[in-house]
Amino acid sequence: MDALDGNAIGGLLHEVFGTEMTAATATCASCGATGPVALFTVFLRAPGTVARCRVCSAVLMVIVRAKGMNCVDLRGLARLEAA
Amino acid sequence: MAGTAVRRRLTWQVATVAAVRDETATVRTIELRAADWAGHRAGQHLDVRLTAEDGYTAERSYSIASAPGEPVAITVQRLDDGEVSPYLTTELRAGDELEVRGPIGGYFVWDADDAASPLLLAAGGSGIVPLRSILRHRARSGTLVPARLLYSARSLPDVIYRSELDQYTNSVSVTYALTRQAPNGWTGHRGRVDATLLAGVAWRTGRDPIAYVCGPTSFVETVAAGLVSLGYPPQHVKTERFGGPGGP
Repeated sequence: MDALDGNAIGGLLHEVFGTEMTAATATCASCGATGPVALFTVFLRAPGTVARCRVCSAVLMVIVRAKGMNCVDLRGLARLEAA
Repeated sequence: MAGTAVRRRLTWQVATVAAVRDETATVRTIELRAADWAGHRAGQHLDVRLTAEDGYTAERSYSIASAPGEPVAITVQRLDDGEVSPYLTTELRAGDELEVRGPIGGYFVWDADDAASPLLLAAGGSGIVPLRSILRHRARSGTLVPARLLYSARSLPDVIYRSELDQYTNSVSVTYALTRQAPNGWTGHRGRVDATLLAGVAWRTGRDPIAYVCGPTSFVETVAAGLVSLGYPPQHVKTERFGGPGGP
């Protein structure tokens, strides 16, 4: 499946974080690359939503919706700061 | 600036289809009336949710095609193997209801009030949709910021908003690249956007331009890398990739 980018999950991230996140600044815990969430490489049905670092491809975020709840794994991120 | 961000819950609401308009053989614009619409910025999205009778839901994100201040509209390309776009582009009628939430996004946005840099807009296929919102916003605002559009499409009949884009004449220079089929006598670019075409269309970096690039992933990667190699700072090249089947 084709990769999208972080713009495509703006709605999901707003739902999870309660605010606009595509312009948020993220730092990859694996390689240290820092940039806007909009630049993440995003796979929508991986299953669940998977965001990877555009520089090193490490997994940054996994969001799985189950039984009306979003399960969010952010262990791939060293830092995430809303704009 | 965390202190100035407007915190707003993003909630689903029912919008009514006010009008539909076919743009090309496979692309349709859907104008919506949403009572609770907060207003949007040029370049933002909205999410659409369809629910089947058995409760199965499908959500998709679409770029907003209209300018801030205009009724909210989306332009949707039909993907034959899609779950949502065939319904939106063939079944949906004026008066129908649709669940939406938005506006969404704060990265791929352009505000005329803050704009001083010359605008370079580059679209691949239906990547023109958010850029059309930017162009309409620019025109309505009366800003004197100059703009250029580079639009890659398979053929002229696949060009979305063609009659509208033709009306810009002097105020926006529009360059087409036709990747599959060009009419007899076509003097414009044939084939995909390449470094030579990009160098000819892009503003010189001395003017501190800002670029918005939207389209299939391969198109966006090519154009964004090309602009950076021309000297554009990466943070002045805003990108939005929508995957897509193959590209224009």
